[in-house]
Amino acid sequence: MFNGDIFTFLKPKNELESQPAKKGSEENRPYIPDAMWVKCPGCKDMILAADMEENNRVCVKCGHHFRLSANKRIELLADIGTFEEMDADLQSKNVIDFPEYTRKLKSAQIQSGESESVKTGVCKIGGIKTVICVMDPTFMMGSMGSVTGEKITRAFEYATRNALPIIACTVSGGARMQEGILSLMQMAKTSGAVKKHSDAGLLYITVLTDPTTGGVTASFAMEGDIIISEPNALIAFAGPRVIEQTIRQKLPKNFQTAEFLLEKGFIDMVVQRSDLKETLYKLLKLHMFEGEVLPV
Amino acid sequence: MNAFDKVTAARSVDKLTSMDFIERMFKDSFIELHGDRRFADDKAVIGGVAMLHDTPVTVIGLEKGRNLKERMERNFGMAHPEGYRKALRLMKQAEKFKRPIICFVDTSGAYCGIGAEERGQGQAIAENIMEMMALKTPIISIFIGEGGSGGALALAVADEVWMLENSVYSVISPEGCASILWKDSSRTAEAAEVLKLTAQDLFKLGVIERIIREPKKDEYKAFESLKVLIGRTLEKNSRLSENELVETRYNRFRKFGNS
Repeated sequence: MFNGDIFTFLKPKNELESQPAKKGSEENRPYIPDAMWVKCPGCKDMILAADMEENNRVCVKCGHHFRLSANKRIELLADIGTFEEMDADLQSKNVIDFPEYTRKLKSAQIQSGESESVKTGVCKIGGIKTVICVMDPTFMMGSMGSVTGEKITRAFEYATRNALPIIACTVSGGARMQEGILSLMQMAKTSGAVKKHSDAGLLYITVLTDPTTGGVTASFAMEGDIIISEPNALIAFAGPRVIEQTIRQKLPKNFQTAEFLLEKGFIDMVVQRSDLKETLYKLLKLHMFEGEVLPV
Repeated sequence: MNAFDKVTAARSVDKLTSMDFIERMFKDSFIELHGDRRFADDKAVIGGVAMLHDTPVTVIGLEKGRNLKERMERNFGMAHPEGYRKALRLMKQAEKFKRPIICFVDTSGAYCGIGAEERGQGQAIAENIMEMMALKTPIISIFIGEGGSGGALALAVADEVWMLENSVYSVISPEGCASILWKDSSRTAEAAEVLKLTAQDLFKLGVIERIIREPKKDEYKAFESLKVLIGRTLEKNSRLSENELVETRYNRFRKFGNS
């Protein structure tokens, strides 16, 4: 065909021409390892990772709060050497034989270095003994499976038996669908344990961190006597993408942020990470029983 | 029928709605009560008082509507926070007057929208679940169609949960599961299978106490025997002390994932 033949007249590219063009400045740039810098989603600036880590994973320029692992948060809140973990040996099983779940659990364990999406235990904050549940964003996005629910429930039961306050730091994509209905049942199970703790006249503080959504928002995260959130955290029942798909509308800019929830009356306060321990300490102290003394 | 056939049957527009059950079971004795006393009256939730034989009961149902006009009005059975708050108000009222509670569940899920989030959808569901856990009156929840996640659970923290043979109850819709897990919405039927969401699957998992045979529209006897069954169960639970009742309910949910 004539059409085909026309291309045979085109000059073939030589070796130099066929290489992608190099940007002029690239070669003169100093070599910087990628891991040293991170782009801050808040101010979009490149910041030194070491500075950010040093600052409890808060951007030194704009104050954006990066996600914190369970271990780091415990380090931030608990008095040094006081955290004693509970139920560390509990491990999830693939009860409903969900495809790929066993493998996913393994890789989550390797990736996060945790056995599950929540770490529970007792610790002291400013010398005051409290139970604490801290979720981990690196373990399957903090999703709530049966063991997550079990550990939280046991932590509440322990707090109720020992007349202790409890703090829950949440970060979660919601119920873990790989466990089917059993993950949904954890919402009821944990809420029942919260209720018993509450009926015993004990204090429960929740610290919501980015993101707290779905089944965790619709259960123990929203059941605290006092609800604190970190700045700009996404707090939602249905995530923004689901809502946009449902209503086919762009959402307002600060929609479902901690500040938005504060304005709408669903949380008590927004607290900077640097002030979190002090705030928790003051609240715990204010709720101490009559005659209870701070250990020296 | 495979799992996805069950999903389709559960969603069918021919399926009897909460209102159908209420009319057939309680007839004229049903008095509808409205509003959450805080914001609005959510028509996706119907509730009121009725007589079950000789016993006054509180009846609450998620209602999809029986024709297009009704379905629009009732937001296709997807409740806003005010719907869950209305349900909780009626449940607290039932507790006060020592009336047992019967819930009918039929929803694809709690509504996802701006207003729902602004008014605390998560908080409303959380509060229902927490309060129902300790409500000092017997509760039975019956799934008559779809049971979509937290929006269904907010009316299903009960002493016994029953399901019609063609109803489903799931943590996520099969469509949602397929698109998150495999980024492929054409694998919906496969997702329905692996989620174990049919009444039969859930009975095997020990999540529900009873599977109810699907009654036909005018099968008067079937509704009568359902009434008898409910009456017997409520009576059995009414004989427990308030503490025993709440403790039994706690343990019912406590056992899930405790192995």
